[in-house]
Amino acid sequence: MKKTLSDRIFDVFNVLLLGLIAVLTLFPLYYVFVVSFTDPVEYLKSSFILFPHRWSLASYSYLLATKAFVHSLGNSAFLTIVGTACSLVVTAALAYALSRKRLPGRRLLLLLILITILFSPGIIPNYLIVRNLHLINSVWALILPVLASGWNVILMKNFFDGIPVELEESAAIDGCNDITTFIRIILPLSLPSLAAFGLFYAVGYWNTFFNALLYLTDSAKWPIQVLLQNILLNSQNSELGMSAYVEAPPSETLKMAAVIVATIPILIVYPFLQKHFAKGAMVGSVKG
Amino acid sequence: MEQLQTPPTLVAKGAGQAPTAARGRLGRLWKDVVKSKYLYLLALPGIIFFLIFKYIPMFGVVVAFQNYSPIRGIANSPWVGFQHFERFFSNPDFLILFRNTMGISLMNLVFFFPLPIVVSLFLNELRSEKYKKTIQTIVYMPHFMSWVIISGLTFLMFATGEGLFNKILATFGADKVDVLSNPHLFWIMLTIQSVWKEAGWGTIIFLAAIASVDPQLYEAARMDGAGRFRQMWHVTLPAIRSTIVVLLILRLGHIMDVGFEQILLMYNGAVSSVAEVFDTYVYRVGVQQAQFSYSTAAGLFKSIIGLVLVIVANKLAKKFGEEGVY
Repeated sequence: MKKTLSDRIFDVFNVLLLGLIAVLTLFPLYYVFVVSFTDPVEYLKSSFILFPHRWSLASYSYLLATKAFVHSLGNSAFLTIVGTACSLVVTAALAYALSRKRLPGRRLLLLLILITILFSPGIIPNYLIVRNLHLINSVWALILPVLASGWNVILMKNFFDGIPVELEESAAIDGCNDITTFIRIILPLSLPSLAAFGLFYAVGYWNTFFNALLYLTDSAKWPIQVLLQNILLNSQNSELGMSAYVEAPPSETLKMAAVIVATIPILIVYPFLQKHFAKGAMVGSVKG
Repeated sequence: MEQLQTPPTLVAKGAGQAPTAARGRLGRLWKDVVKSKYLYLLALPGIIFFLIFKYIPMFGVVVAFQNYSPIRGIANSPWVGFQHFERFFSNPDFLILFRNTMGISLMNLVFFFPLPIVVSLFLNELRSEKYKKTIQTIVYMPHFMSWVIISGLTFLMFATGEGLFNKILATFGADKVDVLSNPHLFWIMLTIQSVWKEAGWGTIIFLAAIASVDPQLYEAARMDGAGRFRQMWHVTLPAIRSTIVVLLILRLGHIMDVGFEQILLMYNGAVSSVAEVFDTYVYRVGVQQAQFSYSTAAGLFKSIIGLVLVIVANKLAKKFGEEGVY
């Protein structure tokens, strides 16, 4: 089909428009990235920097020499790995059981899970249960209360629905019970999907902020997001001096380096996440 | 409920009878339960989780009707009826919370909601599949970043002292603009943040709807001399209209939900009058001042309104012939 002139104008306009949107999306990240690698002296001298003339790792080496920072990265890594593993096991086991139509009480259980999606009792009752279980200042306070989400259970159940009954029937003939079938046959078959759920859980755990603020008063246990917020907040009132958690007042470059370090794990898993968008996206965007 | 309550009685009955004799509905059910014992075992950790961390807090809302003290516990705290609700509704804070929540939500509805639709319409018109993929990869990315990172980026861009925006203004000799502690700009800043973080991600659902549009419709439109803009307007947009309507309804169902972490992170003394919403209020009064009962009442009010709105929204969405969320 021949392209008309107005078609061409439209195409050019469209390419430029979406290019602009992409640039606007990337720009804050680009700016923070560039400044974090800028020599601190040059940063202080120049009015603003869009491209550094002298690259420097000074901010990163200072940051990574700060015990509190490295420690909180470790906390977050532990939280992410252990939390994701626990969440996946609990969610998958429950979702698989609920996907088997022969399970008596299945509808009732699904309804009870749906109710938890629709009604949340609010912050305080959740806080009180964590307190009463003596989980305050324990990393488990960041894992146990968010172990499974109703959405993920139902999404994963929908996925397991597609696994034919014949598979488990033949496993039963070979002497498997439901648990061994689940572990030996169903899980290996579902690895790609489990990986997708795992990535979404992992991002959630890495980004844990409010629960940590709520449940952890001991700064040694803070995950990276809470420490990062403390580092960033000091920009607003630098005259108040540093919090006790970082030895020296961080310059802007230091803050930017901290933002980049906290973002890197997300950027690393992002390409893998991207493959699995479609599965989680519908619910995610509806939930808003 | 019936199903769950029957097994214990059957244990008593079934013990004395031969299993083959119990041919009734209950007997068969009990056999199924026993046959599924390993499935229940698989479900057990999840069920325990939902009981402890979802259902106990649901019953924990009764502290809203008590003068709860952690030392006495729920069992021994005195009951006070709706006293905390009355205090909350007569508190001048209540109207401010309500106004802020609605204001932020409406800003989102007006300025955020249409953007993913527009962007997906234009994305759909890109001829180069590779360019389209690249743009998508970029605009989906911020969705996965934490609100701490987003608020950090906002500070680094807009802080009065060292923010890039003010540095650029300064080089042109203009006066500094205090963006972050200006009550007039606060809702706008929240909306900009939401747009930056989620507008790209929001296109996914519309692109999925667009993908199912019959290509013959475009051919027919071209035959009739429609340009690309008119194809977007007269073919694509009407084709995804039901998706838009349903998402709009569901969005309205969540009108009481505003970005809690986002607001908490952007909150400062200068903007408190426009920044306090139900969730931040509950957190401040409940956790920081330990007024557990009063803040639970405030939170419960919000949850119940939210529940009603979501249920109504789902009913409406189903009326439009869509699936709704449940």
